[in-house]
Amino acid sequence: MEYKLTFKEYSEALKENRLLGLICRQCGTVTSPPKMVCGNCAGTDMEITELAGEGKIQTFTSNNVAAEGREDEAPYVVLLVELDEGPWVMGNLVGIDPAAVGMELIGQKVSMDGNKVFPGDRYSDGESTRPLFRLQG
Amino acid sequence: MRKVAVVGIGETKFGPAQDKTSVELFAEAAMEAMTGSNLKPKDMQALFLGNVLGDFSEGQGMVQAFAAENIGCYNIPANRYEGACASASMAVRDAFMWIASGFYDVVLAGGVERAATMGTAMATRTFAMFSDSHYEYPAGITFPALFAMLAHLYAAKYGIPLEKLKEQMATVSVQSYRYGMFNPKGHLRKEVDVAAVLNSFMVSTPLQLHDCCPFSDGAAALVLTTEEIARKLTDKPVFITGVGQASSGPLVSQRDYLPRLKAREISAQRAYEMAGLKPEDIDFCELHDCFSIASLIAAEGLGFFDYGTSGEAWMKGEAAIGGKIAINPSGGLKSKGHPIGATGAGQVYEVTKQLRGEVEPERMVEGARIGMTDTLGGDGGTLVNIILQRGW
Ligand SMILES: [Zn+2]
Repeated sequence: MEYKLTFKEYSEALKENRLLGLICRQCGTVTSPPKMVCGNCAGTDMEITELAGEGKIQTFTSNNVAAEGREDEAPYVVLLVELDEGPWVMGNLVGIDPAAVGMELIGQKVSMDGNKVFPGDRYSDGESTRPLFRLQG
Repeated sequence: MRKVAVVGIGETKFGPAQDKTSVELFAEAAMEAMTGSNLKPKDMQALFLGNVLGDFSEGQGMVQAFAAENIGCYNIPANRYEGACASASMAVRDAFMWIASGFYDVVLAGGVERAATMGTAMATRTFAMFSDSHYEYPAGITFPALFAMLAHLYAAKYGIPLEKLKEQMATVSVQSYRYGMFNPKGHLRKEVDVAAVLNSFMVSTPLQLHDCCPFSDGAAALVLTTEEIARKLTDKPVFITGVGQASSGPLVSQRDYLPRLKAREISAQRAYEMAGLKPEDIDFCELHDCFSIASLIAAEGLGFFDYGTSGEAWMKGEAAIGGKIAINPSGGLKSKGHPIGATGAGQVYEVTKQLRGEVEPERMVEGARIGMTDTLGGDGGTLVNIILQRGW
Protein backbone atom coordinates (compact mmCIF):
# COMPACT_ATOMS: atom_id res chain seq x y z
CA MET A 1 0.00 0.00 0.00
CA GLU A 2 1.37 3.37 -1.01
CA TYR A 3 2.31 5.86 1.72
CA LYS A 4 -0.17 8.72 1.54
CA LEU A 5 1.93 11.62 2.78
CA THR A 6 5.68 11.07 2.98
CA PHE A 7 8.13 12.97 5.11
CA LYS A 8 9.61 14.49 1.97
CA GLU A 9 6.22 15.84 0.89
CA TYR A 10 5.42 17.05 4.43
CA SER A 11 8.79 18.79 4.74
CA GLU A 12 8.63 20.42 1.28
CA ALA A 13 5.15 21.79 2.07
CA LEU A 14 6.34 23.09 5.43
CA LYS A 15 9.12 24.99 3.68
CA GLU A 16 6.27 26.86 1.94
CA ASN A 17 4.58 27.40 5.33
CA ARG A 18 1.90 24.81 4.70
CA LEU A 19 1.52 22.43 7.66
CA LEU A 20 0.05 19.17 6.42
CA GLY A 21 -1.74 16.27 8.05
CA LEU A 22 -4.09 13.44 7.17
CA ILE A 23 -7.83 13.43 7.91
CA CYS A 24 -9.52 10.08 8.43
CA ARG A 25 -12.61 9.43 6.31
CA GLN A 26 -13.84 6.90 8.87
CA CYS A 27 -13.56 8.77 12.17
CA GLY A 28 -12.62 12.33 11.21
CA THR A 29 -9.42 12.38 13.29
CA VAL A 30 -6.53 14.45 11.98
CA THR A 31 -3.13 12.75 12.18
CA SER A 32 0.08 14.77 11.94
CA PRO A 33 2.96 14.13 11.57
CA PRO A 34 1.62 11.71 8.96
CA LYS A 35 1.55 7.94 9.49
CA MET A 36 0.38 4.95 7.50
CA VAL A 37 -2.68 4.64 9.70
CA CYS A 38 -5.07 7.00 11.47
CA GLY A 39 -3.80 7.90 14.94
CA ASN A 40 -7.23 7.15 16.38
CA CYS A 41 -8.80 4.19 14.56
CA ALA A 42 -5.77 2.76 12.71
CA GLY A 43 -7.73 2.88 9.45
CA THR A 44 -5.95 3.72 6.19
CA ASP A 45 -8.69 5.65 4.41
CA MET A 46 -7.28 9.16 4.87
CA GLU A 47 -6.78 12.24 2.74
CA ILE A 48 -4.26 15.05 2.93
CA THR A 49 -5.44 18.17 4.73
CA GLU A 50 -3.82 21.52 5.45
CA LEU A 51 -3.69 22.63 9.09
CA ALA A 52 -4.19 26.24 10.19
CA GLY A 53 -1.05 26.29 12.33
CA GLU A 54 -2.89 27.62 15.39
CA GLY A 55 -2.88 25.98 18.77
CA LYS A 56 -1.99 25.94 22.42
CA ILE A 57 1.35 25.34 24.12
CA GLN A 58 1.29 22.06 26.05
CA THR A 59 4.86 22.20 27.25
CA PHE A 60 8.23 23.77 26.49
CA THR A 61 11.87 24.01 27.43
CA SER A 62 14.57 26.59 26.94
CA ASN A 63 17.56 24.54 25.86
CA ASN A 64 21.13 25.71 26.46
CA VAL A 65 23.04 22.64 25.26
CA ALA A 66 22.60 21.79 21.59
CA ALA A 67 23.80 18.67 19.83
CA GLU A 68 27.03 18.47 17.86
CA GLY A 69 26.90 20.76 14.83
CA ARG A 70 24.01 22.85 16.17
CA GLU A 71 25.82 24.74 18.93
CA ASP A 72 25.15 28.08 17.25
CA GLU A 73 21.39 27.63 17.60
CA ALA A 74 21.41 27.58 21.45
CA PRO A 75 19.73 28.89 23.45
CA TYR A 76 16.38 28.10 21.86
CA VAL A 77 12.87 27.19 22.99
CA VAL A 78 11.34 23.85 22.00
CA LEU A 79 7.55 23.53 22.18
CA LEU A 80 4.92 20.85 22.03
CA VAL A 81 1.87 22.55 20.55
CA GLU A 82 -1.61 21.07 20.47
CA LEU A 83 -3.05 22.28 17.18
CA ASP A 84 -6.69 23.33 16.97
CA GLU A 85 -7.33 20.35 14.65
CA GLY A 86 -6.08 18.00 17.39
CA PRO A 87 -2.55 16.82 16.60
CA TRP A 88 0.49 17.69 18.68
CA VAL A 89 3.51 19.05 16.83
CA MET A 90 7.05 19.89 17.91
CA GLY A 91 8.50 23.25 16.91
CA ASN A 92 10.36 26.30 18.17
CA LEU A 93 9.05 29.50 19.76
CA VAL A 94 10.31 32.75 18.24
CA GLY A 95 9.85 36.41 19.12
CA ILE A 96 10.84 35.86 22.77
CA ASP A 97 14.02 35.82 24.83
CA PRO A 98 14.81 32.14 25.53
CA ALA A 99 16.33 33.19 28.87
CA ALA A 100 13.08 34.79 30.01
CA VAL A 101 10.44 32.11 29.48
CA GLY A 102 8.71 30.19 32.27
CA MET A 103 5.65 28.21 33.24
CA GLU A 104 3.39 31.07 32.07
CA LEU A 105 3.91 29.76 28.52
CA ILE A 106 1.83 26.65 29.14
CA GLY A 107 -1.68 27.08 27.85
CA GLN A 108 -0.88 30.17 25.78
CA LYS A 109 -2.17 30.40 22.22
CA VAL A 110 0.37 30.39 19.42
CA SER A 111 0.28 30.77 15.65
CA MET A 112 2.70 29.33 13.17
CA ASP A 113 5.04 32.01 11.94
CA GLY A 114 7.16 30.49 9.23
CA ASN A 115 9.56 27.62 9.32
CA LYS A 116 13.21 26.87 9.72
CA VAL A 117 15.18 24.32 7.77
CA PHE A 118 17.71 22.05 9.48
CA PRO A 119 20.15 21.50 6.62
CA GLY A 120 21.08 18.04 7.87
CA ASP A 121 24.42 16.69 9.01
CA ARG A 122 26.57 13.65 8.37
CA TYR A 123 24.16 11.48 10.34
CA SER A 124 20.94 12.55 8.60
CA ASP A 125 19.42 11.76 5.22
CA GLY A 126 19.14 15.36 4.07
CA GLU A 127 17.37 18.48 5.21
CA SER A 128 14.28 18.66 7.39
CA THR A 129 11.97 21.45 8.47
CA ARG A 130 10.22 22.47 11.66
CA PRO A 131 7.43 24.97 12.22
CA LEU A 132 8.15 28.18 14.12
CA PHE A 133 5.49 29.56 16.44
CA ARG A 134 4.81 33.01 17.90
CA LEU A 135 2.61 33.93 20.86
CA GLN A 136 -0.77 35.34 19.77
CA GLY A 137 -1.88 38.88 20.60
CA MET B 1 7.51 -22.54 31.02
CA ARG B 2 10.67 -23.42 32.94
CA LYS B 3 11.97 -21.29 35.79
CA VAL B 4 15.03 -19.21 34.90
CA ALA B 5 17.80 -18.20 37.29
CA VAL B 6 20.64 -15.71 37.31
CA VAL B 7 23.69 -17.71 38.42
CA GLY B 8 26.57 -15.43 37.47
CA ILE B 9 27.03 -11.67 37.35
CA GLY B 10 29.84 -9.41 36.21
CA GLU B 11 30.30 -5.69 35.73
CA THR B 12 33.12 -3.29 34.93
CA LYS B 13 33.36 0.00 36.70
CA PHE B 14 30.99 2.50 35.08
CA GLY B 15 32.90 5.68 34.45
CA PRO B 16 34.39 8.31 32.22
CA ALA B 17 36.11 7.57 28.89
CA GLN B 18 38.17 4.42 29.27
CA ASP B 19 41.19 3.09 27.41
CA LYS B 20 39.49 -0.20 26.69
CA THR B 21 37.50 -1.24 23.63
CA SER B 22 33.90 -2.42 23.83
CA VAL B 23 35.05 -6.00 23.29
CA GLU B 24 37.58 -5.65 26.10
CA LEU B 25 35.08 -4.09 28.49
CA PHE B 26 32.47 -6.73 27.82
CA ALA B 27 35.06 -9.50 28.04
CA GLU B 28 35.97 -8.41 31.57
CA ALA B 29 32.34 -8.40 32.70
CA ALA B 30 31.58 -11.69 30.93
CA MET B 31 34.53 -13.58 32.42
CA GLU B 32 33.54 -12.38 35.90
CA ALA B 33 29.98 -13.62 35.30
CA MET B 34 31.03 -17.00 33.89
CA THR B 35 33.64 -17.59 36.59
CA GLY B 36 31.14 -16.67 39.29
CA SER B 37 28.60 -19.11 37.88
CA ASN B 38 31.07 -22.01 37.93
CA LEU B 39 30.48 -22.41 34.20
CA LYS B 40 32.92 -22.13 31.31
CA PRO B 41 32.75 -20.23 28.01
CA LYS B 42 32.08 -23.54 26.24
CA ASP B 43 28.90 -23.93 28.30
CA MET B 44 27.32 -20.76 26.86
CA GLN B 45 24.82 -21.64 24.14
CA ALA B 46 24.12 -18.09 22.95
CA LEU B 47 25.16 -14.48 23.58
CA PHE B 48 22.53 -11.72 23.70
CA LEU B 49 24.29 -8.36 23.88
CA GLY B 50 22.96 -4.82 24.19
CA ASN B 51 24.99 -2.20 22.35
CA VAL B 52 23.60 1.02 21.00
CA LEU B 53 26.22 3.32 19.56
CA GLY B 54 29.34 1.22 19.00
CA ASP B 55 29.13 2.11 15.32
CA PHE B 56 29.59 5.77 16.29
CA SER B 57 31.81 5.58 19.37
CA GLU B 58 34.47 3.31 17.92
CA GLY B 59 33.42 2.43 14.37
CA GLN B 60 32.47 -1.07 15.45
CA GLY B 61 29.32 -2.78 14.24
CA MET B 62 28.34 -6.39 15.00
CA VAL B 63 30.32 -6.22 18.22
CA GLN B 64 28.50 -9.27 19.64
CA ALA B 65 30.22 -11.71 17.26
CA PHE B 66 33.68 -10.37 18.08
CA ALA B 67 32.87 -10.36 21.79
CA ALA B 68 31.73 -14.00 21.73
CA GLU B 69 34.91 -15.13 19.99
CA ASN B 70 37.11 -13.00 22.24
CA ILE B 71 35.87 -14.71 25.40
CA GLY B 72 36.07 -18.24 24.05
CA CYS B 73 32.40 -18.72 23.25
CA TYR B 74 33.28 -20.00 19.80
CA ASN B 75 30.70 -20.04 17.02
CA ILE B 76 27.64 -19.62 19.25
CA PRO B 77 24.72 -17.57 17.95
CA ALA B 78 25.35 -13.96 19.00
CA ASN B 79 22.60 -11.34 18.78
CA ARG B 80 22.84 -7.59 19.24
CA TYR B 81 19.97 -5.67 20.82
CA GLU B 82 19.28 -2.01 20.13
CA GLY B 83 16.46 -0.38 22.05
CA ALA B 84 18.35 2.75 23.05
CA CYS B 85 18.94 2.81 26.81
CA ALA B 86 16.81 -0.34 27.32
CA SER B 87 18.96 -2.51 25.03
CA ALA B 88 20.52 -4.79 27.63
CA SER B 89 17.18 -5.33 29.34
CA MET B 90 15.78 -6.50 26.01
CA ALA B 91 18.71 -8.91 25.77
CA VAL B 92 18.08 -10.24 29.30
CA ARG B 93 14.35 -10.63 28.63
CA ASP B 94 15.01 -12.56 25.43
CA ALA B 95 17.55 -14.78 27.20
CA PHE B 96 14.90 -15.46 29.84
CA MET B 97 12.31 -16.38 27.21
CA TRP B 98 14.56 -18.73 25.24
CA ILE B 99 15.55 -20.59 28.41
CA ALA B 100 12.00 -20.61 29.79
CA SER B 101 10.77 -22.04 26.50
CA GLY B 102 13.25 -24.90 26.61
CA PHE B 103 15.26 -23.93 23.54
CA TYR B 104 18.47 -23.04 25.41
CA ASP B 105 19.72 -24.09 28.85
CA VAL B 106 22.49 -21.52 29.37
CA VAL B 107 22.67 -18.02 27.85
CA LEU B 108 25.14 -15.20 28.40
CA ALA B 109 23.36 -11.83 28.33
CA GLY B 110 24.60 -8.31 28.91
CA GLY B 111 25.59 -5.07 27.31
CA VAL B 112 28.40 -2.68 26.63
CA GLU B 113 28.70 1.00 25.74
CA ARG B 114 31.30 3.72 25.40
CA ALA B 115 29.06 6.77 25.70
CA ALA B 116 31.68 8.77 27.59
CA THR B 117 34.27 8.15 24.89
CA MET B 118 32.10 10.06 22.42
CA GLY B 119 32.25 13.28 24.40
CA THR B 120 29.26 15.49 25.25
CA ALA B 121 28.64 17.02 21.81
CA MET B 122 28.63 13.76 19.87
CA ALA B 123 26.83 11.87 22.62
CA THR B 124 24.14 14.57 22.70
CA ARG B 125 23.78 14.23 18.92
CA THR B 126 23.66 10.45 18.85
CA PHE B 127 21.34 10.16 21.86
CA ALA B 128 18.95 12.47 20.00
CA MET B 129 18.63 9.68 17.42
CA PHE B 130 16.18 8.02 19.84
CA SER B 131 13.69 10.77 19.18
CA ASP B 132 11.99 10.99 15.78
CA SER B 133 14.83 12.02 13.49
CA HIS B 134 12.57 13.54 10.84
CA TYR B 135 9.72 15.15 12.72
CA GLU B 136 11.34 16.03 16.08
CA TYR B 137 15.11 16.41 15.67
CA PRO B 138 14.69 19.42 13.33
CA ALA B 139 13.31 21.41 16.30
CA GLY B 140 16.59 20.81 18.15
CA ILE B 141 15.32 18.19 20.56
CA THR B 142 17.94 16.60 22.82
CA PHE B 143 17.44 14.11 25.64
CA PRO B 144 17.65 16.69 28.42
CA ALA B 145 15.27 18.92 26.44
CA LEU B 146 12.79 16.12 26.10
CA PHE B 147 12.69 15.29 29.81
CA ALA B 148 12.71 19.01 30.56
CA MET B 149 9.45 19.30 28.60
CA LEU B 150 8.05 16.37 30.57
CA ALA B 151 9.05 18.14 33.81
CA HIS B 152 7.14 21.29 32.86
CA LEU B 153 4.19 19.19 31.76
CA TYR B 154 4.32 17.26 35.06
CA ALA B 155 4.23 20.50 37.05
CA ALA B 156 1.30 21.82 35.02
CA LYS B 157 -0.69 18.58 34.98
CA TYR B 158 -0.44 17.89 38.71
CA GLY B 159 -0.59 21.54 39.78
CA ILE B 160 2.79 21.53 41.51
CA PRO B 161 4.54 24.92 41.65
CA LEU B 162 7.78 24.64 39.67
CA GLU B 163 9.89 25.77 42.63
CA LYS B 164 8.48 22.94 44.71
CA LEU B 165 8.98 20.38 41.95
CA LYS B 166 12.58 21.50 41.52
CA GLU B 167 13.24 20.92 45.21
CA GLN B 168 11.66 17.47 44.94
CA MET B 169 13.77 16.64 41.88
CA ALA B 170 16.90 17.84 43.66
CA THR B 171 16.05 15.50 46.55
CA VAL B 172 15.91 12.61 44.08
CA SER B 173 19.43 13.39 42.86
CA VAL B 174 20.77 13.88 46.38
CA GLN B 175 19.46 10.47 47.46
CA SER B 176 21.04 8.78 44.43
CA TYR B 177 24.41 10.42 45.12
CA ARG B 178 24.15 9.38 48.77
CA TYR B 179 23.87 5.67 47.91
CA GLY B 180 26.12 5.82 44.86
CA MET B 181 28.96 7.12 46.98
CA PHE B 182 29.25 3.62 48.45
CA ASN B 183 29.05 1.77 45.13
CA PRO B 184 32.58 0.80 44.08
CA LYS B 185 31.39 0.38 40.45
CA GLY B 186 29.89 3.88 40.36
CA HIS B 187 30.79 6.74 38.00
CA LEU B 188 30.06 9.86 40.10
CA ARG B 189 30.92 9.09 43.71
CA LYS B 190 30.50 12.29 45.66
CA GLU B 191 28.24 13.96 48.16
CA VAL B 192 25.91 16.53 46.60
CA ASP B 193 23.33 18.54 48.52
CA VAL B 194 20.10 20.21 47.40
CA ALA B 195 21.75 23.64 47.18
CA ALA B 196 24.47 22.26 44.89
CA VAL B 197 21.84 20.75 42.60
CA LEU B 198 19.90 24.01 42.43
CA ASN B 199 23.07 26.02 41.77
CA SER B 200 24.37 23.77 39.01
CA PHE B 201 24.49 24.73 35.33
CA MET B 202 21.09 25.03 33.64
CA VAL B 203 21.10 22.45 30.85
CA SER B 204 17.52 22.68 29.62
CA THR B 205 14.93 24.46 31.75
CA PRO B 206 14.05 23.28 34.38
CA LEU B 207 16.74 20.56 34.37
CA GLN B 208 20.15 21.46 35.77
CA LEU B 209 23.39 19.51 35.55
CA HIS B 210 22.75 17.51 38.73
CA ASP B 211 19.30 16.55 37.46
CA CYS B 212 21.00 14.69 34.60
CA CYS B 213 22.87 11.37 34.55
CA PRO B 214 26.38 11.25 33.08
CA PHE B 215 27.50 9.68 29.79
CA SER B 216 29.40 6.56 30.91
CA ASP B 217 31.57 3.79 29.54
CA GLY B 218 31.03 0.31 30.93
CA ALA B 219 29.79 -3.23 30.54
CA ALA B 220 27.74 -5.77 32.47
CA ALA B 221 27.11 -9.48 31.95
CA LEU B 222 24.86 -12.19 33.38
CA VAL B 223 24.72 -15.95 33.08
CA LEU B 224 21.15 -17.22 32.94
CA THR B 225 20.15 -20.87 33.20
CA THR B 226 17.41 -23.30 34.18
CA GLU B 227 16.33 -23.99 37.76
CA GLU B 228 17.69 -27.51 37.53
CA ILE B 229 21.18 -26.42 36.50
CA ALA B 230 21.12 -23.46 38.88
CA ARG B 231 20.45 -25.70 41.89
CA LYS B 232 23.61 -27.67 41.05
CA LEU B 233 25.75 -24.54 40.61
CA THR B 234 24.78 -22.38 43.56
CA ASP B 235 22.84 -22.37 46.80
CA LYS B 236 21.84 -18.77 46.11
CA PRO B 237 20.02 -18.75 42.76
CA VAL B 238 18.10 -15.58 41.94
CA PHE B 239 15.03 -16.28 39.82
CA ILE B 240 13.56 -14.05 37.16
CA THR B 241 9.86 -14.37 37.95
CA GLY B 242 8.34 -11.69 35.76
CA VAL B 243 9.26 -9.79 32.60
CA GLY B 244 7.50 -7.19 30.49
CA GLN B 245 8.30 -5.16 27.43
CA ALA B 246 6.33 -2.60 25.41
CA SER B 247 6.86 0.09 22.78
CA SER B 248 5.52 3.52 21.86
CA GLY B 249 5.87 5.89 18.91
CA PRO B 250 7.22 9.45 18.82
CA LEU B 251 6.55 11.80 21.72
CA VAL B 252 3.83 13.72 19.83
CA SER B 253 1.94 10.45 19.30
CA GLN B 254 2.00 9.79 23.05
CA ARG B 255 0.39 13.23 23.52
CA ASP B 256 -2.38 13.37 26.09
CA TYR B 257 -1.06 10.37 28.05
CA LEU B 258 2.06 12.41 28.91
CA PRO B 259 3.86 12.89 31.24
CA ARG B 260 2.91 9.27 31.94
CA LEU B 261 4.58 6.77 29.62
CA LYS B 262 2.07 4.20 28.47
CA ALA B 263 4.70 1.66 27.40
CA ARG B 264 6.02 1.51 30.97
CA GLU B 265 2.60 0.93 32.45
CA ILE B 266 1.87 -1.90 30.00
CA SER B 267 5.32 -3.44 30.46
CA ALA B 268 5.18 -3.29 34.26
CA GLN B 269 1.68 -4.74 34.33
CA ARG B 270 2.87 -7.74 32.30
CA ALA B 271 5.80 -8.27 34.64
CA TYR B 272 3.59 -8.05 37.74
CA GLU B 273 1.04 -10.45 36.25
CA MET B 274 3.69 -13.01 35.30
CA ALA B 275 5.22 -12.86 38.78
CA GLY B 276 1.82 -12.86 40.50
CA LEU B 277 2.87 -9.78 42.44
CA LYS B 278 1.71 -6.22 43.09
CA PRO B 279 3.77 -3.02 43.34
CA GLU B 280 3.54 -3.15 47.16
CA ASP B 281 5.25 -6.57 47.14
CA ILE B 282 8.47 -5.12 45.67
CA ASP B 283 11.18 -4.47 48.28
CA PHE B 284 13.41 -2.31 46.09
CA CYS B 285 13.67 -1.14 42.51
CA GLU B 286 16.47 -0.08 40.21
CA LEU B 287 14.56 2.33 37.97
CA HIS B 288 15.51 4.44 34.99
CA ASP B 289 16.55 7.79 36.47
CA CYS B 290 18.25 9.24 33.39
CA PHE B 291 16.91 12.56 34.75
CA SER B 292 15.53 13.38 38.18
CA ILE B 293 12.06 13.94 36.72
CA ALA B 294 12.29 10.52 35.06
CA SER B 295 12.48 8.93 38.53
CA LEU B 296 9.22 10.57 39.60
CA ILE B 297 7.44 9.51 36.41
CA ALA B 298 8.84 5.97 36.69
CA ALA B 299 7.97 5.46 40.35
CA GLU B 300 4.35 6.42 39.58
CA GLY B 301 4.10 4.38 36.38
CA LEU B 302 5.37 1.33 38.26
CA GLY B 303 2.62 1.80 40.84
CA PHE B 304 4.81 2.65 43.84
CA PHE B 305 3.26 6.09 44.43
CA ASP B 306 0.13 7.90 43.25
CA TYR B 307 0.41 10.15 40.20
CA GLY B 308 1.81 13.54 41.09
CA THR B 309 2.90 12.50 44.59
CA SER B 310 6.25 10.78 44.21
CA GLY B 311 8.27 13.97 44.70
CA GLU B 312 6.59 14.35 48.07
CA ALA B 313 7.37 10.68 48.77
CA TRP B 314 11.07 11.23 48.09
CA MET B 315 11.04 14.29 50.37
CA LYS B 316 9.57 12.15 53.16
CA GLY B 317 12.12 9.36 52.70
CA GLU B 318 9.52 6.91 51.39
CA ALA B 319 11.77 6.11 48.39
CA ALA B 320 14.83 5.60 50.56
CA ILE B 321 16.15 2.42 52.16
CA GLY B 322 13.83 1.79 55.12
CA GLY B 323 10.97 3.70 53.44
CA LYS B 324 7.97 2.36 51.54
CA ILE B 325 10.21 1.09 48.74
CA ALA B 326 13.96 1.54 48.32
CA ILE B 327 14.63 3.21 44.97
CA ASN B 328 18.04 2.94 43.33
CA PRO B 329 20.22 1.81 46.23
CA SER B 330 22.95 1.42 43.60
CA GLY B 331 23.02 5.19 43.07
CA GLY B 332 21.00 4.76 39.88
CA LEU B 333 21.94 6.11 36.51
CA LYS B 334 22.54 9.46 38.19
CA SER B 335 25.49 8.36 40.31
CA LYS B 336 26.35 4.81 39.24
CA GLY B 337 26.34 5.93 35.62
CA HIS B 338 24.66 5.24 32.30
CA PRO B 339 26.60 3.26 29.68
CA ILE B 340 23.36 3.01 27.75
CA GLY B 341 23.73 -0.39 26.06
CA ALA B 342 24.84 -1.96 29.36
CA THR B 343 22.52 -0.15 31.79
CA GLY B 344 19.74 -2.75 32.02
CA ALA B 345 22.18 -5.59 32.65
CA GLY B 346 23.83 -3.39 35.27
CA GLN B 347 20.45 -3.02 36.98
CA VAL B 348 19.96 -6.80 37.05
CA TYR B 349 23.54 -7.13 38.37
CA GLU B 350 22.64 -4.76 41.22
CA VAL B 351 19.33 -6.41 42.05
CA THR B 352 21.01 -9.84 42.13
CA LYS B 353 23.75 -8.56 44.43
CA GLN B 354 21.18 -6.99 46.76
CA LEU B 355 19.12 -10.18 46.92
CA ARG B 356 22.27 -12.14 47.74
CA GLY B 357 23.07 -9.61 50.47
CA GLU B 358 26.43 -8.81 48.89
CA VAL B 359 26.35 -5.00 48.68
CA GLU B 360 28.04 -2.46 50.93
CA PRO B 361 26.24 -2.04 54.31
CA GLU B 362 25.58 1.68 53.70
CA ARG B 363 23.32 0.86 50.76
CA MET B 364 22.00 -2.58 51.73
CA VAL B 365 18.26 -3.25 51.70
CA GLU B 366 18.14 -5.60 54.68
CA GLY B 367 16.16 -8.76 54.16
CA ALA B 368 15.16 -7.91 50.59
CA ARG B 369 13.48 -10.83 48.83
CA ILE B 370 11.99 -9.22 45.73
CA GLY B 371 13.64 -6.65 43.45
CA MET B 372 12.64 -5.07 40.16
CA THR B 373 14.30 -3.29 37.27
CA ASP B 374 12.85 -0.59 35.02
CA THR B 375 14.66 0.42 31.86
CA LEU B 376 13.48 3.12 29.48
CA GLY B 377 14.69 3.46 25.90
CA GLY B 378 14.26 6.83 24.19
CA ASP B 379 11.21 8.85 25.19
CA GLY B 380 9.14 5.76 25.95
CA GLY B 381 9.90 3.99 22.67
CA THR B 382 11.13 0.89 24.50
CA LEU B 383 10.29 -0.13 28.04
CA VAL B 384 11.42 -3.28 29.83
CA ASN B 385 10.71 -4.45 33.38
CA ILE B 386 12.20 -7.46 35.13
CA ILE B 387 11.24 -8.87 38.55
CA LEU B 388 13.77 -11.00 40.43
CA GLN B 389 13.34 -13.05 43.59
CA ARG B 390 15.51 -14.94 46.00
CA GLY B 391 15.49 -18.65 45.34
CA TRP B 392 16.36 -19.75 48.84
ZN1 LIG C 1 -9.67 7.17 12.01
